[in-house]
Amino acid sequence: MTTLADQPVGTSGDSFKLSMLLNDTRYRSLTFQFIALVAIIAFMAFVGGNLVRNLAEAGLNISYGFLGEPAGYDINQRPIDYDSQSSHGRAAVVGLLNTLIVAFLACITATVFGVVAGVLRLSNNWLVAKIMSIYVEIFRNVPVLIWILIIFSIMINALPGPREFRGEDPAASMSFFDTVAFTNRGIFAPAPEFTNSFGSTAEMPVTSTGTDWLLIIFALVLSWGISGRVQAWATHTQETTGSRPTTWYYTLGIWIVPVGIVLSYLGLTWNVPELKGFNFQGGMQLRGSLIALWFALAIYTGAFIAENVRAGIMAISKGQTEAAAALGLRPNRIMSLVILPQALRVIIPPLISQYLNITKNSSLAIAVGYMDVTGTLGGITLLQTGRAIETILLLMLFYLTVSLLISFFMNIFNNRMKLKER
Amino acid sequence: MTDTNVSFVRHEQIPPSPPPARESGVIKWARENLFSNWFNSILTIIALYFIIRLVWGAAPWFLNGVWDAASIRECRDILAAAGKETGACFAVLVDRWDHLLFGFKYPADAYWRPTLAFILLLFAAAPALFYMYVPRRFLLLTAAYPFIAYWLIWGGSLWVPIFVAAAIIATGFVFRIVENMSVSLRTYLAAVVGVAAGIGLAYLLFSGAQELRFIAGSIGGEGLRVIPFALFWAASIFTYIFFIPMGIFVGYTIYQSGEDGGLVTLVTALLAIFVMLAYLLGPVAAGLNFIIPLELSAVPSRDMGGYMLSLILGTVCVSLSIPLGIVLALGRQSRMPLIKGVCVVFIEFVRGVPLITLLFVANVMLAYFMPPQTNFDLILRVIIMITMFSSAYIAEVIRGGLAALPKGQYEAADSLGLNYTQATRLIILPQALKISIPGIVNVAVGLFKDTTLVSVISMFDVVGMIRGPIQQSTDWISIYWEVYGFAAVCFFIVCYGISQYSQWLERQLATDHR
Repeated sequence: MTTLADQPVGTSGDSFKLSMLLNDTRYRSLTFQFIALVAIIAFMAFVGGNLVRNLAEAGLNISYGFLGEPAGYDINQRPIDYDSQSSHGRAAVVGLLNTLIVAFLACITATVFGVVAGVLRLSNNWLVAKIMSIYVEIFRNVPVLIWILIIFSIMINALPGPREFRGEDPAASMSFFDTVAFTNRGIFAPAPEFTNSFGSTAEMPVTSTGTDWLLIIFALVLSWGISGRVQAWATHTQETTGSRPTTWYYTLGIWIVPVGIVLSYLGLTWNVPELKGFNFQGGMQLRGSLIALWFALAIYTGAFIAENVRAGIMAISKGQTEAAAALGLRPNRIMSLVILPQALRVIIPPLISQYLNITKNSSLAIAVGYMDVTGTLGGITLLQTGRAIETILLLMLFYLTVSLLISFFMNIFNNRMKLKER
Repeated sequence: MTDTNVSFVRHEQIPPSPPPARESGVIKWARENLFSNWFNSILTIIALYFIIRLVWGAAPWFLNGVWDAASIRECRDILAAAGKETGACFAVLVDRWDHLLFGFKYPADAYWRPTLAFILLLFAAAPALFYMYVPRRFLLLTAAYPFIAYWLIWGGSLWVPIFVAAAIIATGFVFRIVENMSVSLRTYLAAVVGVAAGIGLAYLLFSGAQELRFIAGSIGGEGLRVIPFALFWAASIFTYIFFIPMGIFVGYTIYQSGEDGGLVTLVTALLAIFVMLAYLLGPVAAGLNFIIPLELSAVPSRDMGGYMLSLILGTVCVSLSIPLGIVLALGRQSRMPLIKGVCVVFIEFVRGVPLITLLFVANVMLAYFMPPQTNFDLILRVIIMITMFSSAYIAEVIRGGLAALPKGQYEAADSLGLNYTQATRLIILPQALKISIPGIVNVAVGLFKDTTLVSVISMFDVVGMIRGPIQQSTDWISIYWEVYGFAAVCFFIVCYGISQYSQWLERQLATDHR
């Protein structure tokens, strides 16, 4: 007697029937995928054909040649050399760097805001906890675009103009010992300059080059490495002898001395902004658009991060706090040694997506005229060349790359922080 | 003698003395909650300082507010005449109230229509939002709402939404009838439907190949032209030859599978609604309107604006993106590599780019992908792009819900003999959606806030109205706190309300009794 199980699959007695394409789960998925493939190809062909027809009708073609042509417009914030004769491609790179600058600044500031607000929201101080919940609810429930515009309007309308700083009895004065000026054209702050800069020659004196900054970064990395070794040595001593040597003055010295040597070799001076004519000269200018975008993104995303931090801390069971207290740890040590390291594992994944959100939301720069990549490539370049498809595809490609890179690096970080399980 | 020297004996208890002043009432509360240690005391004092500064600064501004003025200059004159140093010009809200709510082009005599639609929205949403308190039959109102709201806001003939609703109901009846057909009858139907579906598929293949040939002919370089031409000629000839046989083949396949009613029923219902909407809608609605004219003056989409536009975009896109998100999430979980791949690429792509670039696509790029001379309006293009955007995020939320279900649920459904559709509809989705409600609400709130971005592509939602017609008018030039504050309050009310509702619903749905 043969049962169903006795028949080898595929070589069964009954031959292949057409109805098996629909009724047999082995073949049905193939049928569905075939139909889907046909539909996708037809859709792509339809879209592509329309594109070709429309372009032919408008007398256009797809070409990225415009990237090499002179852009002809100015960008007010230039991290690299750029003038109106530079190419559209270079304008896009300048915009790209501006995007990265504001995203980086906003990520750091938002993290600070978020951690402070999240921890304080759990404080046993009723007033502070309430204020922090009000902050979180207000900023989370109003669009970030409105915050950007409000802060930008305040920068433009409420701050004094540069000419109010003039005269014997000026209406406004500079803050922080006459070094920083808050004006409606932006914030003017002292800029570091190097009298003994590396790139400087007798014919072409320059005040700061990339080499100088690389040197400073190298010194900082060096300090970081050495202080890591010192910490390792302290831990080793603690494990062998039971008492941890005091290391903070070593660490302080290690962080200060190399940078100090480099800076004094380069001859650091501060270029303090001065009122000349109708505007401030010298120093560095943080434009109102940058400040508005940076601050609005930071305070808006900070409210979200605060919620993530709060959720992370509350996810740690109370037993952990009690066990740490039973060991005799003080409250702030409990927080820093027991709660936060564990909460960090819960906090990091949503933090990654908040960083991604900041990067994507920085494209709102276009609303306040900050020249990020959406403002240069997707704004003026698009309008001047009329190459909508090329510019928008490049723009999307850029954001996609940045998003994937950020999530890639943060995932590596997350994996290192993750609880090592079996 | 004993009378004089009797020791005092109390007969009743003395009343308890009140606790020390610092251990009760407000003082105790303040000591515990505000000044429990030196650090908390400093925090409290700093917080109090900031609150006082804020109130001190803002209170006169609010209290001196001018509600009746025609321009910002007049408003400042009123303030100066009253000797007030600072004060808000809320008069802008009074003056431009209609513009802020409805945009500056929506006909003024039709303002009652969106207002009525908004009030009806509250009634239509209630049966769905508070389904445990409202009788089920009121869900009919919810189902009818999209058609009523469309007619009220856009105007035009009432017969169009009525016919579409009728077509949907009729499709439901077709579904029922075919489901309950006898097997032999359904087998004949399967043959007919199969041939129709097969011809449709062959047509798709054929026109796709033809289009590909056209593209290859247009963009292939001189030397390379031969290869794509040969390839796509081959493809076209293939489809020419197999055009009819393929239809018959698919028809025969479905005919053979006549016992499995589900697929035939589904395909028949889809064909029915396609025929009704594509071929019958126009003439029938026109004819009915000719006999019994029921019309409101039509308002073109480009005249929508103000907060109304944000609400329209928000509700339409959220309600469209939930079903789309479910489909994408199921597709991403699918075991079919092609379907899964398409869903993954779509979701990851959309989540990787900012909404603004998608709006740029809607604004300047989408027209290139449509047949020449098609011209469908900006609001529809924007709705398509925002729906795509939010459906990708909702898909990820629902995927989380699907992943959170224990594997036993899937296996139990299989062991009951349920097929994929039944298992998904009856076992998997109800549980997965319940888990994903907070996430979906978060996405919905985020989406509603993101509708302000349309102001960047020169649509006049509430932010666009403020930045454009209000701040650039000579009357209200560079007014900002009052108008942006108004916009912020509008969004805050809705977003805060939704998030509170979601927390309430979460508590209602907590059936696991932890």
